[in-house]
Amino acid sequence: MPFGQGRSGGGGGRGRAGDKKAGDKEKGQRRTLFRRRKVCKFCADKIDDINYKDVKLIGPFVPERGKILPRRISGTCAKHQRKLQTAIKRARQIALIPYVTE
Amino acid sequence: MADRQYELVYILPPDATEQQVAELQTQIEEVVARLHGAIASTDNWGRKRLAYEIARHKEGFYVLQTINGSGELMKELDRRLKVMDIVIRQMIVRVDEDKKVVDTVQTRRRSNSERRRVKRGLPPQRQPGEGRAAGEPDDQDDDRFEVGEV
Repeated sequence: MPFGQGRSGGGGGRGRAGDKKAGDKEKGQRRTLFRRRKVCKFCADKIDDINYKDVKLIGPFVPERGKILPRRISGTCAKHQRKLQTAIKRARQIALIPYVTE
Repeated sequence: MADRQYELVYILPPDATEQQVAELQTQIEEVVARLHGAIASTDNWGRKRLAYEIARHKEGFYVLQTINGSGELMKELDRRLKVMDIVIRQMIVRVDEDKKVVDTVQTRRRSNSERRRVKRGLPPQRQPGEGRAAGEPDDQDDDRFEVGEV
């Protein structure tokens, strides 16, 4: 993935307003509407234990296809994404979450 | 050394008879007792839909057991369960270390918040009616998951 693309799609909302040029006004405005800064759900809600048994908690991070939602979309921090990853993989083993869905 | 804690989850086919289940239970208990372990708790989740088919079963009967014991015990238990036809899936996970980490994080967070509250001249615990109510979300339009590019 090219770096620039990640910026426009991801949570780089901060500091973007600063480099807005005068002639670039409408483009800049579109950008500010774009997306707001993402926060890690587990940090925000102070969830320490990401458990494989808690399908309700993990569920939103597994889209229909059955893949693990990447960090750049969910906004989860690195630490919690790692824990989430093991939890999802464990839940898959005991058939709480699918590996794949067609 | 023997005070490690493990979680054992196993899935039985929904058409298993009571007798078969009881037999399996006693076999597990036997192995645990023989290798100096202890079953801390048993939790029946009941019939659940499986996310995918296992051995042509679409539903399964889940049982979760928390077992204190050594690694050798769990190895033996895993081996035994694998051999049994009635168990369609099993998983053993070590939990004591994770639990310890979670506990320390939570106690640290609590003590920190109490210390800060005392410093601000407030009682250490949150009073009812203070701040935002528990059920009240801080953000109505939650666009956290805009699944655009996967």
